[in-house]
Amino acid sequence: MEKKTPLYDRHEALGGKIVPFAGYLLPVQYPTGVIAEHMAVRTAAGLFDVSHMGELVFTGPDALQNLNHMLTNDFTGMADGQVRYSPMCNDAGGCVDDLIVYKVREETYLVVVNAANKDKDAAWMAEHLTGACRMKDISETVAQVALQGPKSKEILLKLVGEEDLPKKYYSFVPAVMVGGIRCLVSRTGYTGEFGYELYCAAGEGPALWDLLLETGKEAGLIPCGLGARDTLRLEAAMPLYGHELTDDIGPLEAGLDFAIKLGKEDFIGKAGLESRLPLTKVRVGLEVTGRGIVREHQDIYIGDRLAGQTTSGTHAPFLGKAIAMAYLSPEDAVEGKQVEVDVRGRRVACKVVPLPFYKR
Amino acid sequence: MMNTPEHLSYTKSHEWVLFAADGSAKVGLTDHAQDALGDLVFVNLPQVGDALTCGEALGDVESVKAVSDVYSPVSGTVKAVNEDLLDAPEAINADPYGAWLVEVEDITDREELLDAAAYEAHCAQEG
Repeated sequence: MEKKTPLYDRHEALGGKIVPFAGYLLPVQYPTGVIAEHMAVRTAAGLFDVSHMGELVFTGPDALQNLNHMLTNDFTGMADGQVRYSPMCNDAGGCVDDLIVYKVREETYLVVVNAANKDKDAAWMAEHLTGACRMKDISETVAQVALQGPKSKEILLKLVGEEDLPKKYYSFVPAVMVGGIRCLVSRTGYTGEFGYELYCAAGEGPALWDLLLETGKEAGLIPCGLGARDTLRLEAAMPLYGHELTDDIGPLEAGLDFAIKLGKEDFIGKAGLESRLPLTKVRVGLEVTGRGIVREHQDIYIGDRLAGQTTSGTHAPFLGKAIAMAYLSPEDAVEGKQVEVDVRGRRVACKVVPLPFYKR
Repeated sequence: MMNTPEHLSYTKSHEWVLFAADGSAKVGLTDHAQDALGDLVFVNLPQVGDALTCGEALGDVESVKAVSDVYSPVSGTVKAVNEDLLDAPEAINADPYGAWLVEVEDITDREELLDAAAYEAHCAQEG
């Protein structure tokens, strides 16, 4: 039985097309449609319910050491109010999940994980927890919305002062009163666009949602569903767990080197990551040059040779063309390389292009 | 509110058919279908002269999210395809009953077709 987020009634009232996703009932789109929602985020602003994401809080004198041991990035020296992205590896250097870590203060970190992996992550992390560190799952008590798009700052400024907003990308302000609702506001997102994510108490989620939608109306803010969330992250070439990252496909293959610190003290997956070098496959971008739309799990051919597989693909609304992400050998992963993708028995011509497809 | 013109015939798989006096037929997707599919961004159509078999896929349409087969309501030969749709698949969303996909001639067989009222009842039943 799927769970409802605190905003479920709002999605129904707005005419959202509700689908089960990662154990939750969420809108895939509103009556505006995926393309209009996607374009709103690129040109004005969009509001997403991301309350399905999981939130785990790590506290205690050994919290930092635990994060450094369980995750590939290095959290030493983070300032309060900083956010850092990290993969979490299994022993073989594949991926358990990818997540973001908020440093609230010394010995207190908020870790935000993918909804679909939350229970698996919590079990994995509990199993590997050592020393004086507690982990608490607060997911059910939190509502989270993402306000994304170039107009998102001007919208929030109608509700809060400039000094209340996080200035730098991947930073946050822990307690901002937004129309009387206490929120954690971070400059993060999954769209490749300027924007914020706001966390508040679950019970106040609907009021925050209504307030933001009403405040942003004039600026062109519209509610957006999972469909646009996926096309936006794909244009921005952000990996999605279960697609570009899996138990087998690790962060090295995905090209997430910026978040892998092999030089730090030993951590889970370090030996596995090192054993994967040199890499046998790497993540690439494909642009469809023929006719058609490439989707996930489709075979890639170079002549008669099976060269790899796609992991995500769609029509990219802002770019106006079909794009995909895929894995190819480093030898084949050359910009401009011509390949063909088997789209339900039909060969569709594509070429390798640099990632991201879209950069603001 | 769903739009279901009285003068068309319908399949349970959400295609519409318009028979002409000469026995040929135009085939398209219903308003219900385009609404359920969402923004269409690609259509894959057969070629003129291709043989179609009723109940089998004649092509497919893709929304941003997914691909769906379009089933032929009749058996026959493709007389014409609506090539405008190749560059403007969104016309199906805007005007589902104007945006025909294929015209079929030499029709030898047809699906069990529904009239407008029966089709609406079928959609209501599907939920």
